[in-house]
Amino acid sequence: MIEVRNLSKHFGPKVAVNNVSFTVKKGEVLGFLGPNGAGKSTTMRMITGFLPATQGDVSIDGSDIVDDELGAKAKIGYLPESAPLYTDMTVETFLRFAAEMRQIPTAELKNAVEKALETCFLQPVRHQSIDTLSKGYRHRTCLAQAIIHDPEVLILDEPTDGLDPNQKHEVRSLIKRMGQEKAIIFSTHILEEVEASCTRAIIIDQGKVVADGTPEELKAKSERAGSLVVKAKGLAASGIRQELEKLSESRKVETLESGDDWVRVRILPNKGKAKSLPEAVFKLAVEKNLVLEELAQEEGRLDDVFRQITQSDTTLAAA
Amino acid sequence: MAEAIWMTILHFILPLVVVAGIFTALMMYVAPREVRTIFKREIRSFFTSPIAYVCVVIFLLISNGISFWFGGVLERGEADLMLSYFQYLPWYFIILAPIVGMRLWSEEQRLGTMELILTMPIAPWQAILGKYLAASVVLFTMLALSFPIVLTMNYLGDPDNGVILSGFVASYLVSLTFLAITSVFSAITRSQIVSVLISVVLCLFFWLIGLEPVISTAVNLGGSIIGELTESISMLSHFNELAKGILGTRDLIYFFTFIAFCLFSTSVVLKLKRS
Ligand SMILES: Nc1ncnc2c1ncn2[C@@H]1O[C@H](COP(=O)(O)OP(=O)(O)OP(=O)(O)O)[C@@H](O)[C@H]1O
Ligand SMILES: [Mg+2]
Repeated sequence: MIEVRNLSKHFGPKVAVNNVSFTVKKGEVLGFLGPNGAGKSTTMRMITGFLPATQGDVSIDGSDIVDDELGAKAKIGYLPESAPLYTDMTVETFLRFAAEMRQIPTAELKNAVEKALETCFLQPVRHQSIDTLSKGYRHRTCLAQAIIHDPEVLILDEPTDGLDPNQKHEVRSLIKRMGQEKAIIFSTHILEEVEASCTRAIIIDQGKVVADGTPEELKAKSERAGSLVVKAKGLAASGIRQELEKLSESRKVETLESGDDWVRVRILPNKGKAKSLPEAVFKLAVEKNLVLEELAQEEGRLDDVFRQITQSDTTLAAA
Repeated sequence: MAEAIWMTILHFILPLVVVAGIFTALMMYVAPREVRTIFKREIRSFFTSPIAYVCVVIFLLISNGISFWFGGVLERGEADLMLSYFQYLPWYFIILAPIVGMRLWSEEQRLGTMELILTMPIAPWQAILGKYLAASVVLFTMLALSFPIVLTMNYLGDPDNGVILSGFVASYLVSLTFLAITSVFSAITRSQIVSVLISVVLCLFFWLIGLEPVISTAVNLGGSIIGELTESISMLSHFNELAKGILGTRDLIYFFTFIAFCLFSTSVVLKLKRS
């Protein structure tokens, strides 16, 4: 549905986006991650046709954003980063304007506006002037504008920015629900959001794609992925540690807490041994007569991966 | 008095109503829906902000004040002074047209809404035209509301109403051209003040180069060809022809080309600003 090929954007000598390629199919929700200034918004602006690309092309459901500009734009709903709005209009007249701009037939205008008001919980402020709205309501008004024509493709730049926790939750489930029959790209700095609503995530850093995969695949890249937290009792702490270190499955044992005859550790597995690690620990415990009070395998956390990938890059660049 | 009112209605208000009617019909049935949508939004926003009202009031105060001043003169039957009333009208628009037009694209950039409308399925020329037409309606309203002057002239003397009407038509064309210049400069900057200042300077330039001393200097410096060139690009000479009541094709073409060129430049500026 969304095809991005070798997209680059230069601002003078500065390379904001560097040879980015990816595709998003119908039914996919792509999370766009990256540190500040990574080039997320710039990429989205090129996909929506607001900024011309320096190189590369974008096609939306087969329509090229340059050659068939209007055709491609008609299929997109876009929430820009700052959620810009005409402050001199009321919420309802603004949405009516957006619906007309989106070529919704006059007979269906009213329905489309009602539906967007309802989906974004805007009924209480429908007659309020936009310049008196709170930040969260403004954001929701701009989101309503993006979905008013039920587009096949949604590009949302930080859709949950400035929303309260309830609304964040609503918007995440909205994205997840709409993602079933649309192609969605959204950017965010909140990593739980990626796990909550994305089928795939891309991490971009300094204009380049540095990771691309399902949230599970990304989490597996974490150092801690598959590590086992164990609390064992029955021997002196150092003794338990030594036994655990001897296991062929374990690469490193970190002590978290310890007492006279117990210890709580995190065991990082050797490559490919994450699956058999719990069994090995369990067997060891039976053998040495240890009591296991805790045995939990960690999934790996996205923010570890995020930091690992994007920080190593900045240190490399600084060196 | 009754006759003055009747003459004003017949020779001023009626033609304006006809023009407004034709414009409305074109807007509703001929203009693309995108242009109409932008136009409607812009009109609404003009008349909900104080700018349009302030401009109309300032314009009416100045022009009516002057009309009463000339009123005394008219009473003495010096009807050709009526012409000099129209000589002054374009001067007000050198300032008022940029004030009316300053928000067209500056505001759009300041609010960031340009990112919204330019990612909607609408061609830039449609947005440019819709906005321009809305601002031109504001200028039209200003001129239409100066009917008391026409009334005064008819009450105090026996003017040629055809010349009065063509004076207004010529002034309106000049103000539309100033508005088109403003459209370009409002696209260049997000600051409304800057866009007004630059536009005023440029409008002034295109107006002043038509004055006699400027043209004779040009002739002295560069010969008669340069002089003719200066005269042909200045608005003043074209305005004078039209204001006399001569609907010359050359003058009409001049104004419409100027406007079209400015609106085209607006689209070029908007494009360059993004890349
Ligand atoms: N119009 C512009 N002119 C010059 N440089 C720009 C322009 N727009 C963006 N940049 C630069 O391009 C880079 C990428 O910016 P972008 O807004 O895409 O980052 P981002 O990933 O969206 O960051 P954030 O998480 O803060 O929103 C930044 O270094 C920014 O300074
Ligand atoms: Mg951004």
